[in-house]
Amino acid sequence: MTDITDLGVAAIRTGVAQGDFSAREVAEGFNANVAAASALNAFIVTTPEKALEAADKVDADRAAGKTLGSMAGVPIGMKDLFATDGVQTTAASHILEGFVPQYESTVSSNLWAAGAGMLGKLNLDQFAMGSSNETSYFGNVISPWKRSGGSNAQMSPGGSSGGSSTAVSARLAPAATGTDTGGSIRQPAAFTGITGIKPTYGRCSRWGVVAFASSLDQAGPMAHDVRDCAIMLGAMAGFDPKDSTSLDLPVPDWEGELNSDLKGKRVGIPREYRMDGTDPEILKSWDDGIAWLKDAGAEVVDVRLPNTKYALPAYYIIAPAEASSNLARYDGVRYGLRDLPEGSGLQDMYAATRAEGFGDEVKRRVLIGTYVLSAGYYDAYYTQAQKIRALVAKDFEDAFQKCDVILAPTTPTASFGLGEKSDDPLAMYLNDVFAVPASLAGLPAMSVPCGVNGEGLPLGLQIIGRAFDEQGVLNAGLAIEERANFTAKPDRWWV
Amino acid sequence: MSVDKQTVAKIASLARIQMGDAELERMVPELNNILNWVEQLGEVDCSGVEPMTAVIPNTLRLRDDVVNADPLTGGDRRDDILANAPAREHGFFGVPKVIE
Amino acid sequence: MSNYRIQGATGDWEVVIGLEVHAQVTSKSKLFSSASTEFGAEPNAQVSLIDAAMPGMLPVLNAECVRQAVRTGMAIEAQINTYSRFDRKNYFYADLPQGYQISQLYHPIVGEGKLLIARDEKAGIPEDKYIGIERIHIEQDAGKLMHDQHPTMSYVDLNRCGVALMEIVSKPDMTSPAEAGAYVRKLRSILRYVGSCDGNMEEGSMRADVNVSVRKVGAAELGTRTETKNVNSVRFVMAVIEQEARRQVDLIEEGGTVVQETRLYDPDKNETRSMRSKEDAHDYRYFPDPDLLPLRLEDAFLVECRASLPELPDAKRLRYTGELGMTEYNAAQLTAEVETFARFETLLAETARQAGKTEAEVATQVANWTLSVAPGVIKSLGDEARLEHNTAAANAAILQMVSANTVSGGQAKEIYEIVLKTGRDPAEIAETEGLKQQSDTGAIEAEIDKVLAANPDKVAEYRGGKDKLFGFFVGQTMKAMQGKANPGVVNELLKAKLG
Ligand SMILES: [Mg+2]
Ligand SMILES: [Zn+2]
Repeated sequence: MTDITDLGVAAIRTGVAQGDFSAREVAEGFNANVAAASALNAFIVTTPEKALEAADKVDADRAAGKTLGSMAGVPIGMKDLFATDGVQTTAASHILEGFVPQYESTVSSNLWAAGAGMLGKLNLDQFAMGSSNETSYFGNVISPWKRSGGSNAQMSPGGSSGGSSTAVSARLAPAATGTDTGGSIRQPAAFTGITGIKPTYGRCSRWGVVAFASSLDQAGPMAHDVRDCAIMLGAMAGFDPKDSTSLDLPVPDWEGELNSDLKGKRVGIPREYRMDGTDPEILKSWDDGIAWLKDAGAEVVDVRLPNTKYALPAYYIIAPAEASSNLARYDGVRYGLRDLPEGSGLQDMYAATRAEGFGDEVKRRVLIGTYVLSAGYYDAYYTQAQKIRALVAKDFEDAFQKCDVILAPTTPTASFGLGEKSDDPLAMYLNDVFAVPASLAGLPAMSVPCGVNGEGLPLGLQIIGRAFDEQGVLNAGLAIEERANFTAKPDRWWV
Repeated sequence: MSVDKQTVAKIASLARIQMGDAELERMVPELNNILNWVEQLGEVDCSGVEPMTAVIPNTLRLRDDVVNADPLTGGDRRDDILANAPAREHGFFGVPKVIE
Repeated sequence: MSNYRIQGATGDWEVVIGLEVHAQVTSKSKLFSSASTEFGAEPNAQVSLIDAAMPGMLPVLNAECVRQAVRTGMAIEAQINTYSRFDRKNYFYADLPQGYQISQLYHPIVGEGKLLIARDEKAGIPEDKYIGIERIHIEQDAGKLMHDQHPTMSYVDLNRCGVALMEIVSKPDMTSPAEAGAYVRKLRSILRYVGSCDGNMEEGSMRADVNVSVRKVGAAELGTRTETKNVNSVRFVMAVIEQEARRQVDLIEEGGTVVQETRLYDPDKNETRSMRSKEDAHDYRYFPDPDLLPLRLEDAFLVECRASLPELPDAKRLRYTGELGMTEYNAAQLTAEVETFARFETLLAETARQAGKTEAEVATQVANWTLSVAPGVIKSLGDEARLEHNTAAANAAILQMVSANTVSGGQAKEIYEIVLKTGRDPAEIAETEGLKQQSDTGAIEAEIDKVLAANPDKVAEYRGGKDKLFGFFVGQTMKAMQGKANPGVVNELLKAKLG
């Protein structure tokens, strides 16, 4: 029998349901992998007892003949942006160190209700701000991948869901939650050879998720393949009356409707994504993707997304503006860090606490956000950015008159070494240039592994769909997955 | 538009982030890099374009006026509210004395 | 234009006043959370995770608060905006856990309207005047800070945090403390009629930010204004205007300039002072709250709001003077407060029913009783008055006996006293206590005959032209009847007999 920890969501669920192995055996297997992988720094806290507790419940339910949930027996990693009742939740920031929520996020509640268990809280970029997982207060997350040829450089797992991408890729968890504000599920998935989907804005409740940029934040699954993502997304999604932006729509049976036959479907190729400086290997993978989708029966059409180049700068106004306001609550009064220098007053306490509690990237974005909203600049920056956001969304709307899904690379490059870009914020931001437009438009988008580059590092292809059409995205993703034959795995150098 | 040290100091104070001289100095070029880059948005002719207000077409749902409709949105949970407070006394949060 | 002037060394000045009234919306739960709004709970007992701004918490709008704001807008004949939005007003303070207040800057729910303040010459309001209302928006209240319970700490109570407020912003249309006072009283009355705010200023349900500027009489330009925050009584609003206008005039005449700033009123010293804690007040970095979507009001909702509005003070006053034939003074008095008109209208209906008359026929009697007789008796009894006995049925029964001439005005008061003390039945009291007047013409005639027979000289004098002796005969007759004769009948019979 193969190692149980090589299995994904569907296989574990089926195995547990059929009695091939117990949920407890699965949890023990992954707990052991987690314990052995501290070198990767993927977890901020581990909760092996929670994983076992959930597993025992599933085993008992099965023994009692009860109907099992869609994630029954599957232990997962939880990005430490989701509030978990009684378990420290930090957003990877010093300012929330020690914060223990007295509530559970809607998405994590949904997962536990579906029979999943928690292996621990996953590391991430601080407040989800970053694309390399180098901004966490709790240290960098190390990708399990290495450049080929014996390079010892530590690679970035992508960000902000870098703990999630590492945990899945290194088989510390069969699946993990991610959140995507401007690419934070898709980019780390691409960097680590796994699959991740950001659903339509409003599919997954934001209630109980530490907010970065409210109009962009969406939770989604990160897993080994398209089917696992479909299953897990089904468990995470759903209408939540506690979130005013939650979509009041039934959750489709994404897993049941999976179908990689794309006959009659049109795939749009946006020429604006052929940007200067894009790695030729990335462009080659894109051409492969086009060929695969044709092979699956799709018709390929050219589409225009003329405002693509403005999406990223617009994002870097809107997201920091919202963040500057969302992060105002971290003030040392009700929870988290308090820095009260001798003899200081309330306002000094705020300034000292926030200076001590926030990392550099967070400060940078809070300052940018504060500046673009401040008196005299609001219209020039914020209003203009929201207009451009409307144009970006309109581009997609027009393109979707001509096609059903859009195919593009997920990232302009493969993973890079930790430290290689961390002193140039702007270069780092450019990592998300292909991911951000779909975020601004609130559209479902996923990354599917499509191969490795000359250095043996994984590459991902991105599929963007119409609003509410996660199914179309998943189906196209499945068509690629079936043809890409992605089997590369990182060596287990960390054990 | 670009920012100088004094402006950064003003923004930092508005955002309640204490910054020393060296840090302010370091922030100036970093912020200007970003601001100069986002300024390209000025190129786009947005006349007649309405700024986006809702990502996915959707209007605001209203809730019924029911007290403690759900423990997750209701009151009567003072211990939970105070559980993580750095300073709490007699059921209150404590902050350094404020003089108005 | 009022004739309120501030005499300065360089001439006369006039004052320009605008008010931003914060009124707590009547709702059971908060604006964006389901925590209770009830007054007087233990500290932090009525605080949800949302109100405490725990990480990941989100607002969901209370329909009742929207409804009440819309009904209020309709009551001041304002534009109701079927599209509105919520914005964040960003600032740091310990009573504001989110670090921003959710409010409505760019697209308020209610647009322009107006409110009538009535002529009141005694108060210096020479004629009826409309005060313009700029807008009403919905926003969250803040928590409370307690400063004097600990030597080095302030305590934070978030119970009020997130309670819904309507901010009702007037135009700078008021020109005297009296007008501002009348405006607040009238606004309070309308809110209470509509039921959108209980108007309880002591509990902080209503408080005003008072914007004051001064200018030379006749000047076209407005002066620089100051805003005095959170003034919590009509009297203080008027005092703030007086103090602030005086201070500004003195400042300008001494060569200084008025700074646009936020001030605080100290009722103990009766003065305003600058509030330094509001230094960032000019940069609130407003932007649309991304946690909330645009609010669109449907026709059916608007129809329900309008249909649910009661008769409002101005309409009621007109009906009282018109249909009910009441004096302007009585109509104004009776319509000012919800409790007053409610009590009046109940008694009016009951009295008309018992008397078998129309409301218009008994309105004046009931109005006089309600406004002067009854309050006088209650006041004179003090603690002895048990108000649970003060029922409409008892009051109507007394009024009915008065109009049927069964009891006199004086007897009515005596009966009412006993009712208030004991709750006994008015008719039974009249009977048992002998508090009935004699209208039996036979008995009265007999007494009159005796009086006339006993005073032949006075009769002769009267008949000789000494008219004022009439009172003497009335007095003698009443005395003989032990005060129980109906004075009307006595008068009539005397006139007939004396010729
Ligand atoms: Mg104000
Ligand atoms: Zn206000």
